[in-house]
Amino acid sequence: MLSFVAQRVVKGVIVLLAIVILNFFLIRLAPGDPAIVMAGEAGASDQVFVKQLREKFGLDKPLPEQLFIYVKGVATLDLGFSFRQQEPVAKLIGERLPATLLLTLTAFAISLMLGILFGTFAARFAGTFLDTGITIFALIFYAMPIFWVALMGILLFSVTVDWLPSFGYETVGANLTGLAHAVDVAKHLIMPAMTLGLFFMATYTRMTRASMLEVKRLDFVKTARAKGLSDAVIQRRHVLRNALLPVVTLAGVHAGTLIGGAVITETVFAWPGIGRLMYDALLQRDYNLLLGVFVTCSVMVLIFNLITDLVYRLVDPRIEYAT
Amino acid sequence: MPKRVLLGLLLAGGLTAPALAQEPKTGGVINAVIQPEPPGLMLAQVQNGPVQMVSGNIFEGLLRYSPKLEPLPELAESWSVSEDAKTYTFKLKKGVTWHDGKPFTAADVLFSIEMLKQTHARARSNLVQVDKIETPDDYTVVFTLKQPFGPFLGIFEVGSMPIVPKHLYEGTDWKTNPYNNAPVGTGPFMFKEWQKGSFIRLVKNPNYHEKGKPYLDEIYWQIIPDAAARSVAYETGKVDVLPGGSVENFDVPRLSKLKDTCVTGAGWEFFSPLAWLWLNNRQGPLADKRVRQAIMYAIDRDFAKDVIWNGLGKVATGPSASTIKFYTDDVPKYPYNPAKAKALLKEAGYKGEKIRLLPLAYGETWQRWGEAVKQNLQDVGMNIETIATDVAGGNQKIGDWDYDIAFTYLYQYGDPALGVGRNYVSSNIAKGQVFNNVEGYSNPEIDKLFADGATATPDSKRKEIYDKAQKILVEDVPVAWMLELQFPTITRCKVKNLITTGIGVNDGFKDAWLDK
Repeated sequence: MLSFVAQRVVKGVIVLLAIVILNFFLIRLAPGDPAIVMAGEAGASDQVFVKQLREKFGLDKPLPEQLFIYVKGVATLDLGFSFRQQEPVAKLIGERLPATLLLTLTAFAISLMLGILFGTFAARFAGTFLDTGITIFALIFYAMPIFWVALMGILLFSVTVDWLPSFGYETVGANLTGLAHAVDVAKHLIMPAMTLGLFFMATYTRMTRASMLEVKRLDFVKTARAKGLSDAVIQRRHVLRNALLPVVTLAGVHAGTLIGGAVITETVFAWPGIGRLMYDALLQRDYNLLLGVFVTCSVMVLIFNLITDLVYRLVDPRIEYAT
Repeated sequence: MPKRVLLGLLLAGGLTAPALAQEPKTGGVINAVIQPEPPGLMLAQVQNGPVQMVSGNIFEGLLRYSPKLEPLPELAESWSVSEDAKTYTFKLKKGVTWHDGKPFTAADVLFSIEMLKQTHARARSNLVQVDKIETPDDYTVVFTLKQPFGPFLGIFEVGSMPIVPKHLYEGTDWKTNPYNNAPVGTGPFMFKEWQKGSFIRLVKNPNYHEKGKPYLDEIYWQIIPDAAARSVAYETGKVDVLPGGSVENFDVPRLSKLKDTCVTGAGWEFFSPLAWLWLNNRQGPLADKRVRQAIMYAIDRDFAKDVIWNGLGKVATGPSASTIKFYTDDVPKYPYNPAKAKALLKEAGYKGEKIRLLPLAYGETWQRWGEAVKQNLQDVGMNIETIATDVAGGNQKIGDWDYDIAFTYLYQYGDPALGVGRNYVSSNIAKGQVFNNVEGYSNPEIDKLFADGATATPDSKRKEIYDKAQKILVEDVPVAWMLELQFPTITRCKVKNLITTGIGVNDGFKDAWLDK
């Protein structure tokens, strides 16, 4: 298993390098110059000022040299300096990463748990009113744009009934500690995590349902039934476990998509995570910060994928750690 | 013998009079919205709207400006101008300390100017007429100009010339100085905490040099990136102040009707944001003055004001906003007249060539305005193609002169020599940059008028020059002036005296108090 992990890590590093190089050029292909953005914001834009900014951030150097400096930096875990925020990129990301992890992991857990639960019920009661209800419910959240669900959530739960806060990570100025603080953060977390989670829940519900119906028809289920096992045991131990493989695959793939969803969710709910940092960096053409966020997200996706591969083994012991 | 014009103390008395009429109460916390999150708080190094809005509480300038743009004392308690209008002497306030307790002196002013010349493009151009600066003692700063410069007394507000602590910056790398993110100023509020992406917290400066001020204990600047979420935050009582531009215009009437809500358009007199369409004078149909005039007639600017801006602002008459010095409305007029626009286009021989329109990517209001203008221009037979882009991409296109019509709005800083001439003089045509003369208008007469206007004395002479410049420009239509924008500030009515100067909320909350 160790050699499997080691090989995956090496592959991951190669993928990461490719991501860095590709994104480095891709970002610079977009029209817009960070020096002009900043000079423009300063309410004045003379040649001296723009030239000064370019020199200050090394943007006057040839592209290959800029790439070399950047890759060298990443290799030594130095993600560079944010032009706009005038702080090291690693520090900016470090400040925001915990909030994004809290949001995405909660949303991930919600989506996976509810998705599998609803999918199982839908498959168990396939063709009934419950199945139709669950399918419609899942489709609604799958079809609605995340920002719309977010805004409707705010309208209902913050404005109309005033149960949940509409923005932020915690109550600013309340200075809560311990359990009170945790409860406060949880209250702020519910809406963004549900918004993000419900979208992905819908796909897991659909996938679990389809996969379980598929597995149910297989011979070993008939055998299990012939052995006299109870329906609950068959569903749980034989059908669900086998049906989960595609769900796990999908969950691994979604790890990256979750971050994408987090950009919108974090913006609407003013959640101080890296999704928003990425959005701001993009608008400002803050190249180093944007690349830094990309690298962080890529590392997260690679880690998630590694975890997925390991989970396969747990779900299905027949799978070897093939490389 | 120089003629002493001691205005400072007099005006200071005038400013405090209305505040005294209603006895201010001390204490309380204000939650305000800041949008977008400032990239830093060191105003001498990063200048944009949000930075000034927060840092205007921490740092101070030598002067502030009344809504009529008269100078008011801040770190300078009085000032005088020599008879030849070339020597300006500022007497600094004594007993002012930095937030770390060190005394503020003329050496800080001198040091700040040296820093600003390197880091602040606008300050550098404002100071170009300065020959030398002397500090005969700790509390006197003397500026000697190469020649008279009419708007000189208008360049000292906190955003244009913030005064920074010499003792914390001298001999350090300014870019990475740790005080950039924990700024130390002389202002009424001190920096306390910044949770990136969440809030910035400022607390009262107990040793502030204006006795009894500030009245508030703390200010929380809440960072909420989505416009709809900002409206909800106000609606649900989580924030008390929505500075101008915080919410979309279509939300303003709804929020204004909420209980205990007060709305004002005041506090933008110094900046006087003026919106116009850049018209690329270099190429295609727009190189013809008649086509540019046709555009002025074709656009229904009253509709834009009444519908898109919900009645806020004023239709612009020309290159100067009516709130700045030497404005005149004695200029050719362009009322909405599609028939006249069509006739002018016909006369100019316009044959339906494609014209690219770049809206401003500043949110829904600007998007809608772009659509309305497109409709107006299509109605008179122009072939308009909208180019969708974000702010950075749009700036690049405008700077590279790769556009035909583009939306913008710019601040005017109270005086045509500071914020108007820059967009029309031919010495300011430089590819690769924005907010200069990107339209490529070149008229030697205008160049001379703006050059003379900046250095002429007395003011009556300046007025004569600028009246003439405005007339010529409005006749030539180098750009299509749209609206004098007004960004309404929405507050709970219990927030008193928030806006007392022409710089408004960008000038700090030092006069504000809560009627609990």
